[in-house]
Amino acid sequence: MKAAPFHFHQPTTLTELAGLLATLANAKILAGGQSLMAMLNLRLFNPDHLIDINAIADLATLRHAAGKIEIGAMVRQHVLLQAPLIAQHLPILSQALGHVGHLQTRSRGTIGGSCCHLDPSAELPAMCALLDADFTVNGARGRRIVPARHWFEAPMQAALAEDEFLESISIAPWSSTHGHGFAEYARRHGDYAIVGAGALLEADVDGKIGRAALVLFGCDTAPQRLPQAEAALIGTKVTELDVAMLAAEARAQTMMTDAQVTSAYRARLAGIMIQRAVKQAQGRINKERA
Amino acid sequence: MKAMLTLKVNGRELSGEAPNNMHLGDFLRHVLGLTGTHIGCEHGVCGSCTVIVDGQPVRACLMLARQAQGATIETVEGLAHDGQLSVLQAAFRNHHALQCGFCTPGMLMTLTAFLRDVPNPSEEAIREAISGNICRCTGYQGIVEAALAVATPQEASTS
Repeated sequence: MKAAPFHFHQPTTLTELAGLLATLANAKILAGGQSLMAMLNLRLFNPDHLIDINAIADLATLRHAAGKIEIGAMVRQHVLLQAPLIAQHLPILSQALGHVGHLQTRSRGTIGGSCCHLDPSAELPAMCALLDADFTVNGARGRRIVPARHWFEAPMQAALAEDEFLESISIAPWSSTHGHGFAEYARRHGDYAIVGAGALLEADVDGKIGRAALVLFGCDTAPQRLPQAEAALIGTKVTELDVAMLAAEARAQTMMTDAQVTSAYRARLAGIMIQRAVKQAQGRINKERA
Repeated sequence: MKAMLTLKVNGRELSGEAPNNMHLGDFLRHVLGLTGTHIGCEHGVCGSCTVIVDGQPVRACLMLARQAQGATIETVEGLAHDGQLSVLQAAFRNHHALQCGFCTPGMLMTLTAFLRDVPNPSEEAIREAISGNICRCTGYQGIVEAALAVATPQEASTS
């Protein structure tokens, strides 16, 4: 099908974008378009105004400043996948990016688009939740920072007002000795995952876990951190992790049911995926601490 | 609700008028008359509309024509030169990598872009690269063999 008609705007500066958002009614931002264009073509969505932000150079910057990696909302997935900065400091993001869509969708798809669209199964928002990313939001009323724990406001709804836009995502890397793990299960390669999991582990000098972060995605409408399991890991020896406990904790989370997948099956997968992710992270941490 | 666009397609500067809501695939076919690019699902699943935009393989149905203003585009029409198939196209013929041909332009453009970045890929990497292109005839075997033939230096020089 073909998209319904709309007015097209192509701002080149943040000020121009903020002005358009503040004045236009029923406007939608077009980032990489790898979900929105499909929705427009299927006429699932009919905005009066489409604001293309691909020409705003200030949104496409990637930099390492003040100990954080700052990723502009319009940095494309293929750019992140090839960036040595990401591979070195946020290796789990690189690993997850390999599972995001396909070669052709990563060419245009952006991290900001993915984090505003908020498909429950999307890898990038889940990694932002895992890494406690800060979302910098901008608009005519000024700039503000939204921490990841407040970003997922409602199903497929980021904490953005109608006159605001996502400017960048800022992530503090873990120590260079941390271990990371990522696992997901999808029916076909490149499909959205039914369930996925990510894990980050950091060891103290005595070989005990000093810091842990775990996330599930695809289970509920937003990514789920596992704070109880994370707390339980602290102080245990890296070589003696209780993965059965982690799996039980994962299975106990809220699980959706949809036309294809029951909540019971999701719970079963969640237990398996978290174990795989944690074992990967454990293996990587051990190598570097040996 | 319309705009005049100029873009470089297969080395030539071409212009045409695009409505706001026209995607790049329809612009190439209906406005510029380049019907080699095939439109399958129009929601980013089948990969048959894949073209190369500024060096990157993209789905032409998931990009507005207006976003391609000034871009450099490569389509399947640009692969052969003076009636000579490209090395990859010749390999497709030799390895029976097409039957009905509907997915072929997308497969060729995806693999053309991929093989520029990764000239000597493994079979697994080729399968990963074409995972966003659906073919209902071949079972992919011939397509993978064709790509592997191009990737292997000896065969590439003879085909």
